[in-house]
Amino acid sequence: MLNIENLTVSVDDKTILKGLNLNVPAGEVHAIMGPNGAGKSTLGYTLAGRPNYEVTQGAVDFNGEDLLEKDVHERAAAGLYLSFQYPLEIPGVPAMTFIRTALNAQRKLRGEEEMSAPEFLKTIRDVAKTLKIDMDMLKRPLNVGFSGGEKKRMEVLQMALLQPKFLILDETDSGLDIDALKVVSDGVNALRSDDRGMLVITHYQRLLDHIKPDRIHILVDGRIVHSGGPELALELEAHGYDRYVNEAA
Amino acid sequence: MAAVKETIETVQKLETYAHGFVTDIETEYAPKGLNADIVRFISAKKNEPQWMLDYRLAAFERWQSMDEPDWAKVHYQKVDYQDLYYYAAPKPKPKLNSLDEVDPELLAVYAKLGIPLKEQEVLAGVATAPKYAVDAVFDSVSVVTTFKDELKKSGVIFCSISEALREHPELVKEYLGSVVPVSDNYFAALNAAVFSDGSFVYVPPGVRCPMELSTYFRINAENTGQFERTLIIADKGAYVSYLEGCTAPMRDENQLHAAVVELVALEDASIKYSTVQNWYPGDAEGKGGIYNFVTKRADCRGARSKVSWTQVETGSAVTWKYPSCILRGDDSVGEFYSIAVTNGMQQADTGTKMIHLGKNTRSRIISKGVSAGKSSNTYRGLVSAHARAGGARNFTQCDSLLIGKTCAAHTVPYVESDTASAQFEHEATTTRLSEDQLFYAMQRGLSQEEAVALLVNGFVREVLQELPMEFAVEAQKLLAISLEGSVG
Repeated sequence: MLNIENLTVSVDDKTILKGLNLNVPAGEVHAIMGPNGAGKSTLGYTLAGRPNYEVTQGAVDFNGEDLLEKDVHERAAAGLYLSFQYPLEIPGVPAMTFIRTALNAQRKLRGEEEMSAPEFLKTIRDVAKTLKIDMDMLKRPLNVGFSGGEKKRMEVLQMALLQPKFLILDETDSGLDIDALKVVSDGVNALRSDDRGMLVITHYQRLLDHIKPDRIHILVDGRIVHSGGPELALELEAHGYDRYVNEAA
Repeated sequence: MAAVKETIETVQKLETYAHGFVTDIETEYAPKGLNADIVRFISAKKNEPQWMLDYRLAAFERWQSMDEPDWAKVHYQKVDYQDLYYYAAPKPKPKLNSLDEVDPELLAVYAKLGIPLKEQEVLAGVATAPKYAVDAVFDSVSVVTTFKDELKKSGVIFCSISEALREHPELVKEYLGSVVPVSDNYFAALNAAVFSDGSFVYVPPGVRCPMELSTYFRINAENTGQFERTLIIADKGAYVSYLEGCTAPMRDENQLHAAVVELVALEDASIKYSTVQNWYPGDAEGKGGIYNFVTKRADCRGARSKVSWTQVETGSAVTWKYPSCILRGDDSVGEFYSIAVTNGMQQADTGTKMIHLGKNTRSRIISKGVSAGKSSNTYRGLVSAHARAGGARNFTQCDSLLIGKTCAAHTVPYVESDTASAQFEHEATTTRLSEDQLFYAMQRGLSQEEAVALLVNGFVREVLQELPMEFAVEAQKLLAISLEGSVG
């Protein structure tokens, strides 16, 4: 589904990713773990096409298509979703309006019909309920004045409505208390399916108790230095990243 | 930075003005240039009473002794007032056996602009859509006013100012120039001398005008100045909502638009005046476009009267415009809601004046400026309280949004108070359209253009909500269009 080969990325002339290889098949959840500054968020941003993240080498194949050729919104319409570590505030644009505009923009790009207002309203109401989001909150400008937990729930709400094929979760657990973490992970787990892939970027093992990965990759200094099964998370929790950092150095 | 760079590049291709067509219509002109005879010619054309001609001639004399103001933060090539036509009117065609005596070519122009001039077209629309009456001004004359009869039933007078001078001279005489005197400023004096048409509204005591009134201004002829004059009077306890829209063809030379709008609200009366201004802004290099030098003022003459100005300014090469309120009546209320968008080489210097004269008068100013390209956008405002204006209150909020790095935004607020009990608040912010917000919206599937439009609409939302519903939708589209071509 997502196949990354030798990905090398610079930001402001500083090389962050240094020949990264990764393959996430459909139906699997892979976790990227690593110390601060290893390039975890850079990987997410690069895949999403953030300006200034310059790919100097390598290729990314997404469902048989060259992902790097596409513009940011085209990647979104192709089914790539990045859940932001720090979701942006959009003043003056009600959450509902934002999501509906995004959904219909994606549909238009894929040559599909727009979702009608009643259908949209019904769908968003159902999803909001499972995520314990009050409908009144959806009438407020997106993320403006929302708490950290509310913002993350809005990220999950959006992915549930946009139904992307591939999810990248960037530090989704940061700023969440244990109750919010449960609501958010339940929301993400509900989206697990045979035809959907996920990449969970996290510093801590905690999130992986809730969103259980099939594979874990350790990212150090722009490269994946070690991969393993779910048990790797526990080992990291016990011993930290030092061993891998030292090896890489 | 890439996204913004692209924005800037495409901002420069300002080729998206949809109303830039020229209509080939037989036009009758007054000789070029300006002198007392031209003033007499215009007055004679309109069969005006002697007092009106005297008024015009006095204004012309006054204008000759005045200097063009230069304090605004705008730079432009001065107008050669002798090189303009001061009167241009579509030549009347022989009457057709149709419903209207309006030239079908003219009707076609308005159809192309999306303005319904046939009442049945309005009625044929969605059943729930509110009706609105239209006065269409083409170059120097009003070509048609719709729904006049229906309005007459409720006592509302809505017609061109030329017609009002003939049919209701006593009303015009009483109020014309009572809010914006001839000597007020250079452009107001010029307008008083040569104004050719505009709208007149009178709403009798206690009447709530049954529909939205609107005037649609179109400059078509070349080298022609448009000087319209609008006078709206809401008698005691009356209410009216009025909207004006404006467009002009794309031409390489600059065209002058110097209008005067006077509003009078008597006791307990309320006037809502909305403008969607989309004059041709000129091309990317700043060639052509309309000089929009307009004086708009409201007199809240009676106690508890209220005037609310809402403006969406997207067009014109140069805008010089300060819709203001004189809060004369005790407890009267003035509001100013403004969205000013400048792109390409446009320059706007706009704002308001709230002059608190009466006791416990209140005013509210919300200004949203959006600048892109190499444009310059200035908010200029005055809030003042007279010694007798005890308890006067004002709240002002001025927000500026910058798109790209080559545009400019300025805020020039003046606050004066001669009474200790006045409470004036002023808030201002300046922000740049954030790369991060753009990226976030695009990651959710919006193209860059759609993302910019959405963010800008969010920025101006507070003001958009003040517009009558159907016009708010239009304005929203217009905002997207004026920043479009802008974004790739």
